[in-house]
Amino acid sequence: MLDTALAGLVNGSSYALLALGLSLIFGVANVINFAHASVFAVGAMSGWWFSVDLGWPLWTVLLGVMAVTGLLGLVINLVAVTPLAKAPPIAALLSTFAVSVVVDNGAQLVFGPETRRFPALLATDNLGLGGLRFGTLDVTILAVAIGLMLVLGWFLRATRYGRAIRAVAQDRDAAAQMGIPLARVQNLAFVVASVLGGVAGVLGGMYLNNISPTVGSTVGMSAFAAATLGGLGSLPGAVAGGLLLGVVEAFGVSWWGGNARTLITFAVLLLVLWVRPSGLFGKRSPLAAEPMTGTFFGAARTVRLRPWQVAVAAVAAYVVPAVALDDYTVQIGVQVVVYAILALSLTLVSGQAGQISLGQAAPLAIGAYTSALLTTGTGLDFWLSLPISGLVAAVLSVALVSPSWRLRGHYVSIATLATGLLVAAAAVNFDWLTNGPSGVSAIPPPTLFGAPVSAPLAVYFLDLTILLVVLLLVVRLRRSTLGRIWSAIREDEVAARSSGIAAAEYKSLAFGIGGFVAGIGGALFAQQYGYIDPSVFGISVSLLALTIVVLGGLNSPLGAVVGAIVLVGLPEALRMLEETRMLTYGLLLLAVVLFRPQGLMGKVAR
Amino acid sequence: MSLLELDSVSVFYGQTQALHEVSLTVEPGEIVCLLGGNASGKSTTMKTILGLITPRTGEVRLAGERVTRLAPAGRIRLGLASVPEARRVFPEMSVEDNLLTGAFTRRKGVRAELASVYDTFPRLAERRRQHAGTLSGGEQQMLALGRALMSSPSLICMDEPTMGLAPIYVDRVLDLIADLNRERGLAVLMVEQNAELALSIAHRGYVLNTGHIALSGQADALLDTPAIRTAYLGA
Repeated sequence: MLDTALAGLVNGSSYALLALGLSLIFGVANVINFAHASVFAVGAMSGWWFSVDLGWPLWTVLLGVMAVTGLLGLVINLVAVTPLAKAPPIAALLSTFAVSVVVDNGAQLVFGPETRRFPALLATDNLGLGGLRFGTLDVTILAVAIGLMLVLGWFLRATRYGRAIRAVAQDRDAAAQMGIPLARVQNLAFVVASVLGGVAGVLGGMYLNNISPTVGSTVGMSAFAAATLGGLGSLPGAVAGGLLLGVVEAFGVSWWGGNARTLITFAVLLLVLWVRPSGLFGKRSPLAAEPMTGTFFGAARTVRLRPWQVAVAAVAAYVVPAVALDDYTVQIGVQVVVYAILALSLTLVSGQAGQISLGQAAPLAIGAYTSALLTTGTGLDFWLSLPISGLVAAVLSVALVSPSWRLRGHYVSIATLATGLLVAAAAVNFDWLTNGPSGVSAIPPPTLFGAPVSAPLAVYFLDLTILLVVLLLVVRLRRSTLGRIWSAIREDEVAARSSGIAAAEYKSLAFGIGGFVAGIGGALFAQQYGYIDPSVFGISVSLLALTIVVLGGLNSPLGAVVGAIVLVGLPEALRMLEETRMLTYGLLLLAVVLFRPQGLMGKVAR
Repeated sequence: MSLLELDSVSVFYGQTQALHEVSLTVEPGEIVCLLGGNASGKSTTMKTILGLITPRTGEVRLAGERVTRLAPAGRIRLGLASVPEARRVFPEMSVEDNLLTGAFTRRKGVRAELASVYDTFPRLAERRRQHAGTLSGGEQQMLALGRALMSSPSLICMDEPTMGLAPIYVDRVLDLIADLNRERGLAVLMVEQNAELALSIAHRGYVLNTGHIALSGQADALLDTPAIRTAYLGA
């Protein structure tokens, strides 16, 4: 009992340090820094390098890591946050997300992707107190974490720049009028936050024993949940949230096993968002209107193709692969089409209704599992399972997201992120239903008039036809009254609601229809690959879907298709390695957000 | 030499011109008020003076130095301080930390200035550890004023210092401003809605209308101007 609580506190202190940084940055820059998780990873990896390859002692490792991650924090701010200060918050959210992908995959290229042992720099089981066993390591981790928190507290209260940070967090304009240099203070906040994050990486690495360049994504998400639990922007809240989440996770893991960790984290996160979005300590109301997209994407009009051009493209999409392409290329085409369907679901949700979803892998996974389980378990016909998969995905995604409708902006994105991760975690944990980590195999291929559709070209024709139907549906919806209502909510939700639009219901409808489309995509995915497991629907899929639509033009249906061709088709055709591919996605997303926010298929309205 | 000089300043927000060749001066030891209706350009003028907006053409001079492109910190070092619209104290910082934030741009004499501000506002000394957000509106206005004094300015810009205050505090704040002006020779540039009250303590005034200086003159002369009386005094 006490052992578990202590382990939770030790692990939670890493979360607390990370959450402190997230809250500090949120306060000063009003940005949720998704790249903060990568700071943890870089801290862990550079700490490993300093201690294993260079043989430094612990205290120089910590200093070295602080220097590296402090610099990284500065770069993150200068590259991804400062240039977007005047853009809506969604821009910085996407750009920091992109930076995290770049950093994680860059680190994989530098250090190699494998998991390695973090050296036990200190003893882990040499002390005892009463019946409690622990080690110098536990004491050191807690001491370093608490020491840093005290130093941070002193810095913020008693120093000139510390007070400046607090002043900027509380009232940016008034702080500027006091002569406080906002840009420098924001740089400083990023450096301080990242130094804390780097130390958390070393401490977390020592605690976890094993690290890899992508270790940040799971720990980072927990820290994120911790910051939200405590109340984003609240520093005492970050500490309390981190420690509390650490303890809750520790007990959860001791009762239900290691796989339960992520499930607990994201369940906690979603519950907080539903029940008390301002967190345990937060005062700032997250309910204030904060348009996420607004003019950033609204300024873009979509490039309209003439009907004959679309018709020629559609005919070409059927004819060219049939006469000119080999099976391998056609299989790439199949992937492009499935991702285009997924991306179109986001065009509705994020482009049309303006609700940025970071978890669109959720309905994809639900659709895939529904179809896979129905066709393998009950032998249901593919053509029946297809709409059922869409419906189940629609219902579940609405059920998971709609309690968040009293939230706005950042918080909706966090909720969708949590939903995506929760669904993946559920697929791992609910093994009575999903067969757990080993997944579902021997899923029968789709059938047409009783004959299995398994030749690449046949599968391609089937998927392409469904894509065209979906495309038609999305285009038709956009031009309907419903589409105009969604646009109104996207452009100005307060104005829309004052015009009598039931915004929450219409947003749910957007997620419902989007979920249906993504669910269909998932079913196609499962049936034609014959095998799925939870790892297929990770956050990288949600990210890829979002990158596709942002690249193509968030509010452009054709952009979703073009984006899928560029991001899924080209790397596959060029046979790029997984790490370089993710790195390219990240760089591309960053470049689009910084330089061409309207996307490839959007043009700036004048 | 004027403390503050605006010389044909034009400011644009995108395509929209907010100020049209505005020229005004504040001499040492003067109280000057800036009057005007909604969207007349008062706040834009203030922001330009503080360095939060850069004019497209024209020049801003502080104590004879050209500061048109200088950041707020540099202007504060030249003797400018601001009491922002709606006070804008930092609600979750203590009274003392608020005051210290006002001294951000200086490194010397901070403690002495703090003592002097507590001397001027004994109420703030009583509440030095209290969060600023828990003060009353009038106390917050004093805090905002004290915070501005922390940089030992020679000119304070005040954006509607009586806005939202209880009537009893309106007079008290205006008296305070007049006292500071008389005793320390502090110059004040103040934007006010309440033209009659503002002109009662001011030496001179300017009237802005859709970004132009429409009228200017001595305070008592302006009070007697028919156009002012009908527009702002409801007479």
